[in-house]
Parts: sequence; C-alpha cells; structure tokens
Amino acid sequence: MGFADISFIVFAVFTVVSGLGVILAKNPVHSVLMLILAFISTAGLFVLMGAEYLAFLLVVVYVGAVAVLFLFVVMMLDVDFAELRADYMRYAPLGGLVAVALVVQIGLMVANWQIPDEALAARQAPTEVIRTVTDAEVGNAEQLGMVLYTRYVHFFQIAGLILLVAMIGAITLTFRERRGIKVQDVGKQVGRRREDAVEVVSVPTGRGI
Amino acid sequence: MENELVAGPSLGAYLTVAGILFAIGVAGIFLNRKNVIIILMSIELMLLAVNINFVAFSMFLQDLVGQVFAFMVLTVAAAEAAIGLAILVTFFRNRGDIAVTSANTMRN
Repeated sequence: MGFADISFIVFAVFTVVSGLGVILAKNPVHSVLMLILAFISTAGLFVLMGAEYLAFLLVVVYVGAVAVLFLFVVMMLDVDFAELRADYMRYAPLGGLVAVALVVQIGLMVANWQIPDEALAARQAPTEVIRTVTDAEVGNAEQLGMVLYTRYVHFFQIAGLILLVAMIGAITLTFRERRGIKVQDVGKQVGRRREDAVEVVSVPTGRGI
Repeated sequence: MENELVAGPSLGAYLTVAGILFAIGVAGIFLNRKNVIIILMSIELMLLAVNINFVAFSMFLQDLVGQVFAFMVLTVAAAEAAIGLAILVTFFRNRGDIAVTSANTMRN
C-alpha cells in the first residue's frame, strides 16, 4: 500500500465522516464547520487525482465564499433551531432506507461495471486538443486554461453570465428600500444659494422684530 | 505521468466515496426536513459528490473535459447557494422563521 493509497483512505474517511457530521450535528454552526471540513477533504482527493486547480478552486470558492456565506446566514438568523429538530427522527427510517438503497445500487453498479474497450482506447488516444495539452509538460492549471479559453470559451462565458444573474438575483431579493429615514441629498446641498437661505433684516433700534 | 496515477487508488474507490457522499446528502434532506439551511448544505454535498465523479473519470480517461464540466458544476453550485440563501433571508424577514413546513401560502 503506497502513500497515495493511505492518503486516499485518510481523505475519503474524513470526507464521509464530515458529511455525516453535516446532516447529524445538533447545532447548524457545527454543520457548517463540518461542511468546510468536507470541502477541504475533497480538495485533498482532487489533489490525489491530479486536479490541483479544482482543488484550489474548491478551497477558495467553497470554503472562502460559500461556506462563509452559510455561516453568516446561520448566525444572522435568529431561529430556534431546537424547535426545527423537534420531529427529527420522524423521517429517519425513510431517509436511511433511501440512503442505504442508493449506496447499495451505486455499489452494485461500481462492482459490476466493466470498463469498455472504447474507454481504454480513448484513454490511449484522447481527442486532438486534449492530447496536445496533456503531452506538454505543463501543470494542471495551465492545461485547464489552455482548454477552457479556447475550446470551451463559450461555456466559460456562460458560466460568468450565470454568476452575474445569480448576483443580480441575490441583490434584488434582499434589497429593501427604507422609507422615512433622513438621507443627505448632495445635489440639494450644492444647489442651495445664499438668496434662498439668508435673509437680511434691518432691525430698528430699540424695537426688535 | 500515467504510471503514477495508476499506482494510486482505483477509479472504483473514488466512485464509491462519491456514491456514499451523495447518499449522505439525500439522507440529510430527509432528516432535516424542516431546516432549509441544512437542506441547502445537503444539496452542496450532493453536488460535491458529482464533482468527485467528474474528476475521477477525468483522471481515469486522461481527458480534461471532465474537469471543465466539474468547473461548470462548481459555478452553478455557487450561484445556487447565493440565490438559495437570499431567498432564505427574505423568507425569514417576512415570516420570522425558516420552517419549510410553514411555507404553504401557495397551497392554502
């Protein structure tokens, strides 16, 4: 058993155990922390598979953005989480059944699955673009960039568009106009003239206004 | 490069881990039926499992397209999390709680 196998076992066990932690933790904050552990363990698996760029992306995007977003929302919402867990075990048998059935089915699929000759052939001779990329002595990030910016540039653009739409959607959903609050109006301030604001009154001596 | 990859764990091992993680995500949706935040996290777990599958096949077939696809899944997952949490915050602001079971205005 080589170093790669031992690392795989460590990362795989951590991924599965932290995945269980996400769904079983009593406190949602613990769930989010377990989710972060699951993401980092999966990043380790990605490194083992030679996909370093996706591993970096997983740490930066998921741990850095998505998980922190979850953490913010969990801590910001003032919800009685104990009440939400009241009939927690009610659907446990059904959920467990579905999960076990899924694992058994996937296990059967993996166990009985024969690798077709075409796949082995494809492995020997990948498509033209891919081969020229993988033949070169460049890292995973550079390879991915060479494919992503040329052959899959439209997909890349669409991914950017999806993010833009998501951003606009999130802002539109959570934006609320506050009424009845005092706001500084810079235009009004600058447009104010001396004639409108100051009145010169000549007061007769001894009489007042 | 190929030998070093073949020496490591097999494709089936990665697929099994991904399968277990996916099943955990599904079970999480059943267990935490009332808590939308945990449901969203379960969906993230399921998408993560799908990504492991894509990258495993990408490694096995020596084909980068799997990683490109995983990249797209990652993008969509991030967008989904942002929109989902925004809906959650709006829902909480309007209702004062986040119990999914009370989200039946459209039905009644």
